[in-house]
Formats: sequence, structure tokens, C-alpha cells
Amino acid sequence: MSDAIVIDHLTKYYGQREIVRDLCLRIPTGSIYGFLGRNGVGKTTTIRTLLGFEEPTRGSTQILGEDSRHLKPETRARIGYLPEGHFVYRWMTVAECGKFQASFFPDWNQEIFEAVISHFRLTPKMKAGHLSRGQRAGLCLALTLAPEPEVLVLDDPALGLDPVARRNLLQSMLYIMRKPDRTILFSSHLLSDVERVADRIAILDGTTLSVDSTIEYFREHLCQYVLRFEQTPPAAPELDGLLESFRSDRELFVTLANPDDKTEAALRALNPKSMEPVELSLEDAFISYVGDHGEKTFFTKDLGAA
Amino acid sequence: MPVAITLHPASDVPIFRQIVRQIQQGIVQGKLQRGEQLPSVRALAESLVVNPNTVAKAYQELVASGVVESRAGRGIFVAAKRQVFSKQEEKRRLAQAAQQLCAEARLFEVPLERLQKLLAAEWNELQPPTDSTKGPTS
Repeated sequence: MSDAIVIDHLTKYYGQREIVRDLCLRIPTGSIYGFLGRNGVGKTTTIRTLLGFEEPTRGSTQILGEDSRHLKPETRARIGYLPEGHFVYRWMTVAECGKFQASFFPDWNQEIFEAVISHFRLTPKMKAGHLSRGQRAGLCLALTLAPEPEVLVLDDPALGLDPVARRNLLQSMLYIMRKPDRTILFSSHLLSDVERVADRIAILDGTTLSVDSTIEYFREHLCQYVLRFEQTPPAAPELDGLLESFRSDRELFVTLANPDDKTEAALRALNPKSMEPVELSLEDAFISYVGDHGEKTFFTKDLGAA
Repeated sequence: MPVAITLHPASDVPIFRQIVRQIQQGIVQGKLQRGEQLPSVRALAESLVVNPNTVAKAYQELVASGVVESRAGRGIFVAAKRQVFSKQEEKRRLAQAAQQLCAEARLFEVPLERLQKLLAAEWNELQPPTDSTKGPTS
């Protein structure tokens, strides 16, 4: 199958500041990709470059086989883009927003537009400027979905949505994917949502891409162990892939990326009373992976003094 | 489907495994009978609001373990197999339940003797396991 989105050695600077470094990512047609990373790591810049709103400093990006810098209007009409922040023309009514947007898209599907706005309990006569944040998100989503885009790029679509609206958003995304040639790239901080709908995740960490895998693979390759001791536990040894460690009164928690027999042996060498692997939720795994690494000494000082 | 699947997305158990476990549970508890049809991948994915590939993966695992069977062109059905969990998994589940029961008993200071009586009473309350060759009930 072909790739709907290709990011090829993308590097982007704003002035002296490096935002994205040497990012390579291919998103095959037919997949849902969750685009993750902490605030300020360059997710929005990458997305904007992909849509042709920013020039790459080096490297290139393609969407539907065309260079992002020279997208033809016909190609743009096959792409749905939901920018971060849910912008609307405040003076238009909901119906007018739809009519305006429809004029740019030959395949506009009014039925979808109406279904989504009623899903979010909007009526055609409401003024866009008077909508709540969640309602505005619903309107933007309707405007993005009604053209039935082949590629959907959503920049933090769940921001500010209530749980019901978020569930509606996920349903809409899965609805889009009923046709086999559709592709979705969406950024999010809501990892439980990502886990529900994404086939794969890409994680940006400190300007570079550090993970491109299925959610399963990511979880299976991050492992936490809890080691129990008779006395105050020793510090975690220097290990390859050590992400974080945490000591409590009698326990040592160690989180590792790609643990192997050697790392397990090194932990056993500490002579714990017992040692068990702990399964991590996607959120916990993500936090250990992109959070500040090293030993968390939050409590240990107090414990040492006691 | 007579088994309501409840997902806990923030859980440390991956979603596909939650689906596998709850269907296994439904079969063991007799809520899903032999020969009963499971919803299609698409239908279950829609009702749970999850990626269809996740449901497909859960079904694959259930088919591989022989708990359900895929009949070409017709769908997924609960198989005749009685052994739903592996021996090891059975042991783990019983141990977990026993641990929980004993912890409660200790908390309420119920002596072992009374606990055993209670267990025997509950044991006799339960229907003997039926040979679930009857058609689907719902």
C-alpha cells in the first residue's frame, strides 16, 4: 500500500531555534496515527509544514504524493485539516460556515455536516461567535469532515472537549475510516483516546522522532520492575535504557526501555528479596519515556532522615 | 450480545486483552453459550468506539486458543471447547479470588471455620455446570 504522508529528513528552524530535527516518518494509507509528544516539541510545526504553511529549512514533506510546498487546489480538496484552537468566522451562523466551506470542496457532503452538527447539539442558526469552546470544536469538526477527506490531519482536536464530545470525535474518526483508502494523523495528549483509535504512534521527543511503532510494541518494550528489599534499597545501577528509578522505604522501582537478560541480571545482582515486572498503562509508559529521566528523589531524602 | 464489555482505557491491561478476558469470562459464566454468534469485528468496534484492528486482534487470539471459531463467510461463534483458560490462568484466577476472600474474612474477623461453611453454602447454591449444548438463550 502507498504512503499518504511522507516526511523525509525534515528539519525546521525558527531563526536560531531548532524546532524539528531530521524527522522521517511514513504514514501508510489506511492507518490512524497518533502523533504524541510534550508541548513545544514541534508537533504543530511538523503538521503545518505538511500542509504547506511552513517552509522546511531542510528536507521535504509530501502528502498524497505531492510536495507540500506545491499542493494543487484539487489535492488540497482531498485533505481535511483541523488546526489547533478551533478557529471560526465569528460573524457567520453555523449554516453560513457550512455554505462557505462547501464552496471550496467539490465533494462536500451536506448530510455529514448536518449529522455532525446535530451530534454536537448545534442548530444552523446559531452564531459561530456565540458558541462555547466545545460547540466550536464540533462546528470545526463538521467543516473538516463534510468534504469526506482522504487524508485527515487533526491538530489536538480533543483540546477543551467534554467527555461526551471527545467520544463523538473518536466515533467520527472511526466513521471516516470505514472507507479503506482513508488516513488520519492526529496529535493528542489524551493517551486513553489514542489507545482506543490509533493503529500506531509516533512520539516526538526534544525535536526528534524517537518512537514509530504500534501501541503494543511500545508498551511491551517499556518495562517497569519492582524490587523488594529487607532494608533501605540501594540506588539503581547504571543500565542501558534506564528511564527512571524511584526508591521507597523497602522498594526500588526501575523503568527501562528495551530490557534484556543482561539488564535483568544486573537488577538481580542487587539481591532483592523479590523482583517482579509491572505492566504499565500507555500513559505511564509515555510519561516514563518522555518525562525527566534519572532518579526521582522526591521522597527518599525524608526517608533517609527518618 | 449478552456480554457487556466494559473498557478501562487508562488500565495497564491493553484494550485487546480486556476484550479477550471479558469474552472468556462471559463463556465461563455461561452468559455466552456454545454456538452463539459474536458480533462482527466492525459492529463490536463501533459499539466500543475502538479501532477495528484491536477487536480483530482480540478475536484472533480467541480463535487461536480455540475458545471461539471463525466460520467462513458467516462470522465468529463460541466454540464447543470447555477449557477456556489455560491451567495456569485458572490457578492464577482462583488464587487471586481466594486471596481477596481471605483478606475480607480477616478484616471482619471471621474465623476460618465459618468461612468454610459459607463457602460450602455458596458452592451448593450454584447450579451444577450444565452441558451447554442447548441453543443460544438471550
